[in-house]
Amino acid sequence: MPDLHVHGFAGGIDSPNPFWLASAPPTNCGEQIMRAFDAGWGGAVWKTIGEPVTNVCSRYSSIDWQGQRMMGLNNIELISDRSVEENLRELAEVKKYYPRHAVIASLMVASTREAWHEIVERAEDAGADGLELNFGCPHGMSERGMGSAVGQVPEYTEMITSWVKEKARTPVLVKLTPNITDIRAIARAAKRGGADGLSAINTINSITGIDLDTLVPNPTVDGKSSHGGYCGPAVKPIALNMVQQIISDPEAALPLSGIGGISNWKDAAEFILLGCGTVQVCTAVMHYGYRVVEYMAEGLENWMRSKGFNSLADFRGLSLPKVTDWKNLNLNYKIVAHIDEQKCIGCDLCYIACWDGAHQCIHMDRVSGPANGPVELHDSPPTVEWRSRAAIVTTPVTRQERAVDPAVHGPYPTPLAKIPRVDETECVGCNLCALVCPVDECITMQRVDNGLPPESWDERTSGAVCVQNPNVS
Amino acid sequence: MSTATLPQDSELLERFSELKPPLTPQAAVIEANRCLNCFDAPCTLACPTHIDVPGFIKRIAAGNLRGSANRILDANILGGSCARACPVEVLCEGACVMHRYNRQPIQIALLQRHAMDNFHAAGYDVPTAPPNTLDLNVVCIGAGPASLACAAELKRRGGRATVVERREMPGGLNTYGVAEYKLRAAESLREIEMIRRMGVEFRFGVSIESSAELVKLEEEFDYIFLGVGLGAMQRLNIPGEDSEGVINALELIAAYKTGQIHQMSGTVVVLGAGNTAIDAANAARRLGAETVYLIYRREERDLPAFDFEYEHCKQEGVQFLWRRQPVAIRPEQHGRLLLDTVQVQQQQDGSLVPMADTQHTIVCDTVVPAIGQSPFTQLIQEKRRIVVKDGLIAADPITGQTGNPRYFAGGDCVNGGREVVDAVADGKRSALAMIKAAEAIYA
Repeated sequence: MPDLHVHGFAGGIDSPNPFWLASAPPTNCGEQIMRAFDAGWGGAVWKTIGEPVTNVCSRYSSIDWQGQRMMGLNNIELISDRSVEENLRELAEVKKYYPRHAVIASLMVASTREAWHEIVERAEDAGADGLELNFGCPHGMSERGMGSAVGQVPEYTEMITSWVKEKARTPVLVKLTPNITDIRAIARAAKRGGADGLSAINTINSITGIDLDTLVPNPTVDGKSSHGGYCGPAVKPIALNMVQQIISDPEAALPLSGIGGISNWKDAAEFILLGCGTVQVCTAVMHYGYRVVEYMAEGLENWMRSKGFNSLADFRGLSLPKVTDWKNLNLNYKIVAHIDEQKCIGCDLCYIACWDGAHQCIHMDRVSGPANGPVELHDSPPTVEWRSRAAIVTTPVTRQERAVDPAVHGPYPTPLAKIPRVDETECVGCNLCALVCPVDECITMQRVDNGLPPESWDERTSGAVCVQNPNVS
Repeated sequence: MSTATLPQDSELLERFSELKPPLTPQAAVIEANRCLNCFDAPCTLACPTHIDVPGFIKRIAAGNLRGSANRILDANILGGSCARACPVEVLCEGACVMHRYNRQPIQIALLQRHAMDNFHAAGYDVPTAPPNTLDLNVVCIGAGPASLACAAELKRRGGRATVVERREMPGGLNTYGVAEYKLRAAESLREIEMIRRMGVEFRFGVSIESSAELVKLEEEFDYIFLGVGLGAMQRLNIPGEDSEGVINALELIAAYKTGQIHQMSGTVVVLGAGNTAIDAANAARRLGAETVYLIYRREERDLPAFDFEYEHCKQEGVQFLWRRQPVAIRPEQHGRLLLDTVQVQQQQDGSLVPMADTQHTIVCDTVVPAIGQSPFTQLIQEKRRIVVKDGLIAADPITGQTGNPRYFAGGDCVNGGREVVDAVADGKRSALAMIKAAEAIYA
């Protein structure tokens, strides 16, 4: 049975599993967090505690995509609107009932040493297992000199982190904003300031959309809007890249709690494979509730079992050596697309994608006779479509008319004329056809042995043996 | 003259409730998102009018309902009625790649209806070229789908078109002949009103019966499109077929759709087993007939009706009598009818031979012959030397042009009785061919 426990994260935080709730509405109060722990969450980062704010309504907006709700979520909610006393009293209560779960206090106060010293002491006295410094909130708080206003300036980040470290007895995590050119600059500053770990990423500055009747962007507050912070499944690729950048940089690398669009166990596994010690989740919970942790924990456990991993440490960071700079990739590696005629349903999306979006090497020529070679030899999409539009077709009213002609249909489930064919002599192996194909395993990319030894661009241009990227260990 | 409308008939609405209710707006978007947006889509190819199916569906998904309807109308001016009347199981939906993917085809007909209903409800107009940008004046004889499609296509491209019709209302079988639970007469008329607003002129109560009338049309118009349909149904040629209580299937359907028949009772026997026979049998059940028999000369496996029509008919409670054929209809003393039938056997060569001692008399109230229609094309055959073969007008399948270059033809009078969508395709192709022919003359 694989062990999901987290031991001594960032120098001393334990939790029954790596799934933590991110500092956000799902961790607004003690009652919520205790229900979340009952549902199976291993830890929770409390909704940011500081001088209480007044929030606006409305606060959220989202991006739906092709009928799917909340591919991305945007918010303009600020930190906790409840008093420091209330939050910390409930934090103490949660720790009393759930001593083995990780409770992290997310903190944000005015940028003075005294204010930070005071809040750190109070949070730790209440029983927090660690502190997360919110240097990432991209809206509202940043206009008051807090949140991302700190997290966008390396000097401020280092300074405040060091103030906190003067006082803190528990591990200190710095939560990073992605709204900066190079996230490593801030990560390095946090490390210089003495941080024990990092959380990344916070939300991304966004305007999700505009109401085309009122012309006001969403979310609307009395006829006006403001940029918010974007999160949810849409941001995962951005977060994964930033996580990889941070962990691969020796001056920045610290124990990392990965955040950004994690909605299922696969996402979580990916963050851990890039080196994260824990993961934090918000949008998936806001969409479906605390119960989503069940699928995440079970899924991760089953995958670990199938891969023979007994603990998180067994696979943490295993994908890092597999990320390198482009200049180190093998230029002589050759693959071509292959279409499985038995699986093809004849949607021809690969054909149009290859012609309009790639390299014009998939053709509709199985009936007319396959021909390999440059684009001039082949019918282009307008010709193919014109032929269909010009066809005289009538409703098959008799049984005879409705019968399938095996000579025209061919041996596969889809009529032969509708099954595209890859010209392997021209295919550049870009993957696009396989990506657009709606059928699993119908288009596969197959290795072609061209007899050439591996050679990278770096090797080709320098004439020297490739030196391993120092950022990759 | 304006295209007429029918008063709302609540009894009719109730007895003939729709087989397939419309999609709600959100359901339509969910369904539209299921569509894979195939390239050179098989649904588009399978449609006789080649509607750009993924094109109109993705416009629904994108919240562009008006654009969706325009995309449909580009290819098929009767997109609204085709969405209801088409046997999509053997056309677009039958060709959907989803049959090979996750099994359930996209509900193309319901999506098309969604877009077209929205278009009609909003009262939008079809985009047309400015009038008279094309020097072409055409008359279409018969106001059925083929003529309507021909006239609308000409108007859309800036020509002039007039439709003449012997009946009081336009639409042909679209108004008078499609089962009410598929397409309501009022919906057909609404669609034709849209065509009238495009500038197509209608002349009702005009019957072309003499050579002199043809000459007048030839003087007034450049081309003549024959969309005359199949006319009356074929006669049974058995004794007693003119008895009271015998009504042919198309008359029965037209009568209930226009509110002239509200109910039927007792036992009804439908003769024939095509799609029209099925429509008539279902109508008899819904109008209240307790027992409805459908008598067919051949076996179940020979049934000409579509499989889904047959299944539906069984669900309506119609009973099928196979290998039986009528020999006489006799009035009975109490106003009922006696239908004499005999069992027949199919020979090796396909012919049917009555079997000895198999006579059976069915006591019934109504007999409904539904054994195919005969075309009314004698006049043009004799006076304009247009080839008529087996009762059908011979026309070029691509252009619709007949042997007489000023005459084009399409729809049932050419194809022998197919679907609305086939007639629309014919009418559209003829219009385009007329434009091309005119350009060749003036060039």
